[in-house]
Amino acid sequence: MKSEPIVIEPVSGWQMINWRELREYRDLFRFLIDRDIKVLYKQTVLGFGWAILRPVLSMVIFTIIFGNLAQVDSDGVPYAIFSYVALVPWLYFSSALSASALSLVNNTDMLTKIYFPRLVFPMTSVFSKLVDFFISFVIVFLLMAWYRIAPTGRILLIPLLIMMMMLTAAGMGVWFAAMSVKYRDVKHAMPFVTQILMYAAPVVWSGTLITERFGAPGRFLFALYPMVGVIEGFRSALLDTGPMPWDMILVGSVSAAIIFVTGLFYFRRMESTFADVA
Amino acid sequence: MPEPAIIVESLGKQYHIGLKESRQDTLLKSAGSWLVSPLTNFRQLRRLSRVDSDDAEDIIWALRHVSFTIDSGQVVGIIGRNGAGKSTLLKVLSRITPPSEGRVILNGRVSSLLEVGTGFHPELTGRENVYLNGTILGMRKTEVDRKFDEIVAFAEVEKFIDTPVKRYSSGMRVRLAFAVSAHLESEILLVDEVLAVGDAAFQEKCLRTMDGVARGGRTVLLVSHNMQVIQRLCDRAILIQGGQVVDDGDPAGVVETYLQDYTRDPLPEPVTFNDQLRMKGISFMQDGYVVSELADFGKPLEICLRYDVLEPIRNLLLGFDIFSSDGTHIYRTYDMLAEGLDYREPGAYESIYELPGGAFQAGAYYMELVIGVHRHGWLTRGDIRLKLDFGGPRAYDVWFPGIMGPLGAWQVHRPTVYEAKQ
Repeated sequence: MKSEPIVIEPVSGWQMINWRELREYRDLFRFLIDRDIKVLYKQTVLGFGWAILRPVLSMVIFTIIFGNLAQVDSDGVPYAIFSYVALVPWLYFSSALSASALSLVNNTDMLTKIYFPRLVFPMTSVFSKLVDFFISFVIVFLLMAWYRIAPTGRILLIPLLIMMMMLTAAGMGVWFAAMSVKYRDVKHAMPFVTQILMYAAPVVWSGTLITERFGAPGRFLFALYPMVGVIEGFRSALLDTGPMPWDMILVGSVSAAIIFVTGLFYFRRMESTFADVA
Repeated sequence: MPEPAIIVESLGKQYHIGLKESRQDTLLKSAGSWLVSPLTNFRQLRRLSRVDSDDAEDIIWALRHVSFTIDSGQVVGIIGRNGAGKSTLLKVLSRITPPSEGRVILNGRVSSLLEVGTGFHPELTGRENVYLNGTILGMRKTEVDRKFDEIVAFAEVEKFIDTPVKRYSSGMRVRLAFAVSAHLESEILLVDEVLAVGDAAFQEKCLRTMDGVARGGRTVLLVSHNMQVIQRLCDRAILIQGGQVVDDGDPAGVVETYLQDYTRDPLPEPVTFNDQLRMKGISFMQDGYVVSELADFGKPLEICLRYDVLEPIRNLLLGFDIFSSDGTHIYRTYDMLAEGLDYREPGAYESIYELPGGAFQAGAYYMELVIGVHRHGWLTRGDIRLKLDFGGPRAYDVWFPGIMGPLGAWQVHRPTVYEAKQ
């Protein structure tokens, strides 16, 4: 077993992620995801029940406030399921984003004691939070049965939307994580950031409002925020609120990919300083 | 001629110490600085990782112009005082932090052990932690699978392997963590002072393991403060001082150079600290005479510090640290133990410490002068180093292991028991 020599030199400038090295650490990646999942609901009474309770409680609150009191338009489907279908991807996104943004700060002990590709940290939460996502997704089908809503054939597109949702969480998570090591402001800003991002996405309101109010240019601008396409896509596929918003998905995917790739470069650039400033 | 395992070429690592807090002494000024603080904070945080600034004041070189080559299979000890750059060197070699200049070439798989149990999670079971820790240290899952039983047996935790680690005693946790590390299969192993874990028996076991590792043909770089360990395990030692290699070669010789720093007469001329205190002389007395060579370990020893106080000092702390020859810090003492913290007017002073006879063993001990002002700051700490040599007749041909002399008194008598006598 003869491996190539490792050369350690001062780093400078912009570099791409070292994929081959990342591959060598795939077992570690798996165990870290495993750890995240196993540890998450340790010493709780409800355990994975929290994965259901959180979106269901949010749904109840949103239905009372936005559905009943504010009478927000819900594209012709009951407000409860209208918001729940959006909450499932949204709660995944916000929890994966926060966890991955703070992953480096929360693991400084490892960061300063051992070497492995640091990208493993923010990426771990992107995968581990999927467990909650799939558990809460089951409730969608129960609600659909309750309200007697049949899924459309577009349901087959859900995996594509999930990938887009993960890419967005990963891209933004990597950006924030790289910033957080030096600027601990990220830690304090995260709750607000996710809150603002939630109201910017059509979680409690319908995406059709965008086109009604701002026309085609507004629709394009909103679609740059990839979660808009993801949430509207979920609604279209499961609740038949309209045709699949391909334009939004396309724009959103491109923008998600750009966020992700630039995030990787920025992360790589900051990576070498992590151990020194952590 | 074997291929070198580690080549280090004029390696340098600089740090920005940065983040100097400016102090404001009025409420108005501090309010003002508080208002602009986001801006100054931003500048300071940005500077932390930038190397281009020519602001030489806040740059320190933790390592500079360090070069050496280590042949594969060599076991090399890195020694040096705290802050000499040993740990920085290990961090650069294990890729935790990049160098600022120079180059390192490592031929072979590297694993580094800067801490035992990195990434251990208290909620996970012993089994889960072995896998997690193993992969963190760079093992593949199949490798951990293969070594799992061995690891568990080594750590002596078979019965509790499926119990969450938070229920382990700290000894068990350390044993398990070390066991994982001990089973790493890499060609180059970088170790930082991790042998000082667990109880004496386990430490001995760790040492034997390290010994085995060393003889197993792997290249090992070991940082330690324990001179005995260095001499026992290594076939070469490198002494680092102020970020540079000062000596390199046979362990016994390098350890000697390291300890030579400590002289018996450290004050050829008076030294002034901070314009506050001038140290004039330090001497050792036994039986009323100045000790020039070996002190008799069986008799009390007076350590006499002569100094001038140059400006009034309140709460002076003046004393020293004593270390054993393997680097263990035995204790620190201050002359405030005589009369408590006090106020000293300018003038000449003499502080005399009496070390009771028999407190130490025959052999070398090391002493570092420590002077400070309580809750204010240090005047000196470790700048003046002395060597104490104890010798003397041994009463019996019996070995007393340990750092300290066998203090205390024994009584041997036969308990009065009423036995039926014939």
